[in-house]
Amino acid sequence: MIANRKKIVVLGATSGIAVEVERLLARQGHELLLIARSPQRLAELRADLLVRGSSNVLTYSADLASIQGHAAVFDFVRRSLPEYDTVLLAYGSMHDQNDSETSVDILLEELQVNFVSATAILTLFAADLEQRRTGCIAAITSVAGDRGRRSNYVYGSAKGALSLFLQGLRSRLYPAGVRVMTIKPGPVQTSMTDHMRHSARFADPEQVARDIVRALERRSPDILYTPKIWRYVMTAVEHIPETLFKRLSF
Amino acid sequence: MSGQSAATLRKVTVAAPPTTRILSWGRYPKTAHARVYKPAWNDEVREILENAAPDSLLPYGLGRSYGDSCLNAGRGLIDCRRLNRILGFDESSGVVRCEGGVSLSAIIDVFLPKGWFLPVTPGTRFVTVGGAVANDVHGKNHHCAGTFGAHVRQIGLHRSDEGLVTCSPRENSDMLHATIGGLGLTGVIAWADIQLKRVSGPWIDADLVPFESLDSFLYLSRESDGRFEYTVAWLDCFSGRNLRGIFFRGNHAAGRVENVHRKRGPKVPFALPGWILNRYSVKAFNTAYYKLHARKKGATVLPYDSFFYPLDSIRQWNLLYGKHGFLQYQCVIPATNMDAIEELLERIARSGMGSFLGVLKQFGSAPPAGMLSFPRPGLTIALDFAMRGERTLHLMQSLDEVVQQSGGALYPAKDARMSPALFAASFPRWRSFVPYIDPKMSSSFWRRVTGAQ
Repeated sequence: MIANRKKIVVLGATSGIAVEVERLLARQGHELLLIARSPQRLAELRADLLVRGSSNVLTYSADLASIQGHAAVFDFVRRSLPEYDTVLLAYGSMHDQNDSETSVDILLEELQVNFVSATAILTLFAADLEQRRTGCIAAITSVAGDRGRRSNYVYGSAKGALSLFLQGLRSRLYPAGVRVMTIKPGPVQTSMTDHMRHSARFADPEQVARDIVRALERRSPDILYTPKIWRYVMTAVEHIPETLFKRLSF
Repeated sequence: MSGQSAATLRKVTVAAPPTTRILSWGRYPKTAHARVYKPAWNDEVREILENAAPDSLLPYGLGRSYGDSCLNAGRGLIDCRRLNRILGFDESSGVVRCEGGVSLSAIIDVFLPKGWFLPVTPGTRFVTVGGAVANDVHGKNHHCAGTFGAHVRQIGLHRSDEGLVTCSPRENSDMLHATIGGLGLTGVIAWADIQLKRVSGPWIDADLVPFESLDSFLYLSRESDGRFEYTVAWLDCFSGRNLRGIFFRGNHAAGRVENVHRKRGPKVPFALPGWILNRYSVKAFNTAYYKLHARKKGATVLPYDSFFYPLDSIRQWNLLYGKHGFLQYQCVIPATNMDAIEELLERIARSGMGSFLGVLKQFGSAPPAGMLSFPRPGLTIALDFAMRGERTLHLMQSLDEVVQQSGGALYPAKDARMSPALFAASFPRWRSFVPYIDPKMSSSFWRRVTGAQ
């Protein structure tokens, strides 16, 4: 196991899905470098992952939505875990759609957190991995980014834009042997979605994490839908003609 | 937009719309809650408590309490299941520090491979540490290990009035004793230090002994308690005064270390029609169960999960009882009053309403770990009854008479209907517990049995 021990950087390490992914990785003994805002939460999380089997857990507290801090984040990673092989971007924000329609500040924040800052930090890591000609960049976007819908098009457009960004990045890094994986979860029961009405279609974060970890262990796919059913659902949704789609309010 | 302004708009912890109805394990009573908070971090708990109204909240775990002690009808719940981090483990002493929402199942998964096991475990692994403390749960080793609370070294307790309070035998020891068995009313458990137990591996040397009278059960109990760490009996509750059952006893198997692979068992998909469990089907089940196990009598080596958690192998087994749910009746009868046990069994058999889950266990004489702890010297008996309305409630009232006359007690974690009088008789010191209740906590159970607002 030691031979294929991974070194994984998690951006947004305290998010609901990230925590479950980290637990599975810890159980396999992998090394983790966690970045999130709250030092307190990072300390609690670190303790948990060490007990569960991670061989080493480093933490760094930063607000990734703020691009000014990115250079310091990147610098910390390069100094303390220079041999990292995987970067997982797991942070995001989802406000109530109504708020993003009435407040331009909230709209811009949604784009800043989910898209602008994400592309900024990934650009730093991409250059480094491209030069090292190894590794994997994985980022959690959303099925909401596959088509603009009445009920969450602001969040959806930010995540959709991130998916497009990753698509281009994948093509750019392919010759260097760097893998770029787009992770598109359906709705998941985490703190981010607590303000929504949870229903049976909301997945358990543990299940989503299992899918992500399995995909990280392999060379494929490029785009991961989790739970898997969303791949088929979104294929269908994308094929609804726009004239009909605009009348739907879901 | 500059990055900095982003931070200022961040959301505060919100209450989830109570869409999925939260029920207890017995699925009775059917209550609705006004708010359900789902904090993922301890700092959010503090925020929730600060902003709450008096008497408005109750911590909720995996919902394995059978009645209404984990419910707070019309008010709020703090769902603690995401507070599930293991904060530290001392390899030399075996003390683990967990957040309140860590399940006993998770503790087993992490620590059994390292040779550590729970000091005390109830009949399901799907309870949280917070729930195990709040109900001061017991297990098959009560006669030698006492209750779960006896192995709690320290607790960090979120109080709405005092913030995070550390409770140990040296510091705030009275608050520790109130919190153990305190039904979640003293605050939200941020973390607890639990003393785990060294075991040689995941296997149990088990021994099955059929018995055919109360006397032979008592004899088996006496004879086994010194030699076996774990004892419990399944009983056929249709047998009345001609009691019959199977006595299970066991010790951790020395030397057998190979892993036990957890199998994912079948799942009851939805609430079955109520008529499926009727007196004939259950009677037939009980007879078959008895005969099957009587044939398997003798020594055998079992994986720990089939010894401790046979019911966990059927997921959502509570749905077997149909949409009206079921009630569990668990009482303890003082050792000097064995006639009362026979009277209880007689009344149940006569009613024809018994279930396939009769459990009998002799408690040990360990002093109670908490102010409102249920276990006390005597014989405890637990039975399930499908909820069939008045009929079921009448039977239970008639059982209450026997329990109260015998000087026994009823277990709050299993209760949805005991009278205030029986509660007071079961827990004569309950008034001295009241000052320890967090001003912002309340529960359906507590209001029902004490008349609190």
